[in-house]
Amino acid sequence: MRRPHRSSLAAVAGIAAVALLATACGSSGSGSSSSSKLTASAPGITASTITIGSHQPLTGVAAPGYDEIAPASNAYFQYVNAHGGIYGRKIIYKYLNDQYDPTITSTVVHQLVLQDNVYAIFNGLGTPTHLAVVKYLNQSKVPDVFVASGCECWDNPSTYPDTFGWQLDYVREGKILGKYIEEHFAGKKIGYFYQDDEFGQDGVKGLNYEIPKSQVVAAESYNPTVTNIAPQVTALKAAGAQVVVSFSVPAFTALLRLNSLKLSFAPQLVVSDVGSDPITLAGLLESFAKQGGATVSGNALTQGIITDGYLPSLGDTSNSWIKLMTMIHSKYLSKLPMDGNVAYGIAVGYTFVQAMLKAGRNPTRQDLINAINGGLPQGFAVAPYAYSSGNHNGITGAYMAVIKNGALSPIGPVQVTDTSPTGPITTYSKAQPPAPASGIPSP
Amino acid sequence: MTLLRHLGAAIVVALLLAGVSIQLGGYRDYQMAEVAAYVTAVAGLTLLIGLSGQISVGNGAFMAVGSYGGALIMLHLNWPLELVFLAATVIAAAGGAVFGIAAARLRGPYLAGATLMLAVALPTLADQYAGVFGGDQGLTTSIAVPAFLGATFPPTRWLAWVTCACALITLVLLANIGRSRIGRSWRAVRDDEVAAALSGLNVARLQVLAFVVSAACAGLGGVLLAVVTGIVAPGAYTLTLSIGLLTAAVVGGLGSLLGAVWGSLVLVLVPTYLTNVAASHGLSGAASSSVPIAAYGVVLIVVMLAFPAGIQGGLRRLFGPAAPAAAVPLNALRRRRPATEHQEEELHEKTT
Amino acid sequence: MQEFLEFTLGGIAIGMVYAAIALSLVLIWRGTRVLNYSQGGMAMFTTYVAWVVISHTGNYWLGFVLALASGLVLGGILERTVVRPTEGKSPLNSVIVTIGLLIFLEGLAGIIYGGQYRSFPVAFSVKGLKIGSVALGISTSDLFTAGAVLAAALALAVVFRYTSVGLRLRATAFSPDVARLLGVRIGRVLTLGWALAGLFGALAGVLVTPTTFLYPNSMDAIFVLGFTAAVIGGLDSPVGAVTGGVLLGVVLSYVGGYLGSDLVLVYGLVVLALVLMVRPTGLFSAATARRV
Repeated sequence: MRRPHRSSLAAVAGIAAVALLATACGSSGSGSSSSSKLTASAPGITASTITIGSHQPLTGVAAPGYDEIAPASNAYFQYVNAHGGIYGRKIIYKYLNDQYDPTITSTVVHQLVLQDNVYAIFNGLGTPTHLAVVKYLNQSKVPDVFVASGCECWDNPSTYPDTFGWQLDYVREGKILGKYIEEHFAGKKIGYFYQDDEFGQDGVKGLNYEIPKSQVVAAESYNPTVTNIAPQVTALKAAGAQVVVSFSVPAFTALLRLNSLKLSFAPQLVVSDVGSDPITLAGLLESFAKQGGATVSGNALTQGIITDGYLPSLGDTSNSWIKLMTMIHSKYLSKLPMDGNVAYGIAVGYTFVQAMLKAGRNPTRQDLINAINGGLPQGFAVAPYAYSSGNHNGITGAYMAVIKNGALSPIGPVQVTDTSPTGPITTYSKAQPPAPASGIPSP
Repeated sequence: MTLLRHLGAAIVVALLLAGVSIQLGGYRDYQMAEVAAYVTAVAGLTLLIGLSGQISVGNGAFMAVGSYGGALIMLHLNWPLELVFLAATVIAAAGGAVFGIAAARLRGPYLAGATLMLAVALPTLADQYAGVFGGDQGLTTSIAVPAFLGATFPPTRWLAWVTCACALITLVLLANIGRSRIGRSWRAVRDDEVAAALSGLNVARLQVLAFVVSAACAGLGGVLLAVVTGIVAPGAYTLTLSIGLLTAAVVGGLGSLLGAVWGSLVLVLVPTYLTNVAASHGLSGAASSSVPIAAYGVVLIVVMLAFPAGIQGGLRRLFGPAAPAAAVPLNALRRRRPATEHQEEELHEKTT
Repeated sequence: MQEFLEFTLGGIAIGMVYAAIALSLVLIWRGTRVLNYSQGGMAMFTTYVAWVVISHTGNYWLGFVLALASGLVLGGILERTVVRPTEGKSPLNSVIVTIGLLIFLEGLAGIIYGGQYRSFPVAFSVKGLKIGSVALGISTSDLFTAGAVLAAALALAVVFRYTSVGLRLRATAFSPDVARLLGVRIGRVLTLGWALAGLFGALAGVLVTPTTFLYPNSMDAIFVLGFTAAVIGGLDSPVGAVTGGVLLGVVLSYVGGYLGSDLVLVYGLVVLALVLMVRPTGLFSAATARRV
């Protein structure tokens, strides 16, 4: 009796071993011919779909510009879905309008988590809005990935282990801009113009780490609900500022330019990447180019603005990442301008796909967190991510650029830094790896 | 007697709601909590406008006062929840008193203008004194489920229970005030200020009292909303909130507490419903996200034109005249003086 | 000193825009006793009309005129269809209806034109003017804004006081039934009042939008300050509307310049409170007798 048993045991073991091998071989690669099943491994994941959610300002005073980001990410997801998806699953991206009101943010996020059972919240936009839901998401252990805000507050792995930032945070940006000003405008009078929320305040914090206090002659803040900034610009002019550093959104960068024109005030402008997208600015200023007889032109009003960038310049048409963006845009987003917001949306969508592919074939929610904690390759960003289990910050650096003929023209190497007052700003000289030929990251 | 009757009704409703919340769970609990918070605020507003005849487009500011007060207490002092709510109500009531006294001489659109500016200006103080109020990011609030309910009691259900309890208590108190001497005095001042003064009523004091009561309700509603959403930030207290409260009060049925409930349901549920309808028709993306907005505007206009007395008034019309007349006779608010005898008779008929 | 001059002139320039909104609110209030919360939304919509025309033809003045014309038409149509049924009911009904209208117009603009900022041209140059070497802080377009609003206010005052149309408008507001008995076609007068208000709102819209950029909510903040200006000046008085607007604009300019932008709205409230405490019905309103 034993002998046949032992041989059948061996046969079973042999078949099992072969099956295991087949599974192992089949699960690497895009999995179309794999023998391992796709299961509903987590809320929001079924055998054929991954559902994620977001809160975005699609209408209201904060909407112009930002309402392009989610459709752009969705366009990239549709591209991925059309080319095999994530291990065969399609991404369903449900982004809801919160009108930049934290009360509505809380409502829609509760709806997404409790009613729509999303796998993760992706790219929630806004600092006060996202702060309304970050505690809830971490308590409910819902991955809260790649928040669309440059606040330092998302880098808090001990309190918010499921929350990750993505974009270059404002303090880092302030330091990089500040170092450039300290080196190139020594002795000149510097004025600050900043939004009176954590975007502007964090930016100014970073600037102050680098720019000597004695050089700063004025610091004017603005409230985004009050478009009459003539008083602030007058004050900057009265203080004699020769360089104005502006942590402003595009509308207020444009207003700064226009009011300066009215006051015959012509300082050198250094603008945060949030408010310096050349295409958006040109669009805001184009009417002032067309008026009868005047010599101001939209492009001329943006010419010479110094800024920074953490994604490749849209003017660099030979760059493989820009080619990928342009392809996605022409295929899915032709009604929107190819501007900084669309670039942002596609770039952060790409990062999400990278993370999901790394999380595995049947990921749990914790698998996604672990995937990001293990670090992600650079992708669209010009500098590496800081992701680790101790650091949930995203992009760590940027290059300085000047707006020339409607596009960013780099004027320096990529520089990386941290958010501390004394942390050094160092050059990052490794070239950006090119985009994958298929446009989809490898797992 | 009235108090007992109202209490009895409230207890029955409370039990019903508890059952419903256990049955529905999850997101519906959250929505119930939101509705309850708004009902608290709208009830005070409908009393202010309907019973005392003063208009306010600024009760969102009193909600902000209550919620910031409550949040600061939760942050710096470790008071039990009921005390926090009570304190927030008192702080907001004080704010209402200050404003009421300052605005005692204002009538009609001038009062509306003052409350409008209050609604817009007050939240900016949070940015100005960012050290205390947390600036644009605001303050976070949270409440924990009490231990005696067990570890598996869902937090959203606890939120729903707490907010509904507060809303019911508020409704009982307001119903009693409405039927009391004060309520009658308010109606007298609303219908004819000069006659009321001649009868010996202290008009100014009554009007300030009405503001205090409505501000207290708004403050409680504010701290409830803060606890439900978990954050108190200036971005949550825009003019849209104040206008939303006003809309809820009028659409629901002015002067009627049940109207406050209908109005709050409309305020919370209709925009979500419209968004879901739009999404299910494949409309997503920036331009079409305006469709629910436009539709909501149309809903407001249509409801107002079809039911000039609000939803409660419409229900009353549909289900017979036997219901007690708690709502405001509309002609009492007409600013145009009846120029002919005929109209004066009409007016007289409708108010009795 | 230079700073002070720039603040003052800049304040007057923006104050004129508040005055234009205030004028349209006064017009509707004087004529129909309705507070039109959708005034800003109407102005935004007519500015979109102007923008479409200007983008297609390149002609600013054509767009300007068509914006004013569409303001006339829009005001008249809205009164006839949506506001008329609230006539005679509680004043709060018209408040909610106009609020619903505002929400609808903003949503409609979002649907048709999308939410992004559109650049809107100015009438003349945006370059600052100088006297000698002293920069004034205002441009030719600012001068045009002030001039246009003043001319409109004057025209309105003349119409109200010296024409029969104005008399009919005032009579309808004061006592519609007596006016009806005396042969005034109330319906037509109400529609005319709203049409004229639409015109003023459209004027405010095209004058201010270059600096707010055009998007569905662009007139929200301007409306709040215009409303405040109307209340400060007295809702019955066109002169009050202009005075209230300029006063508010200048004071807020000083506050923004010397005290900081966060306090601007708070000081707006302070100004309003001060004025209303002294004169509860605004600066220029006639004292109303209280009838027993």
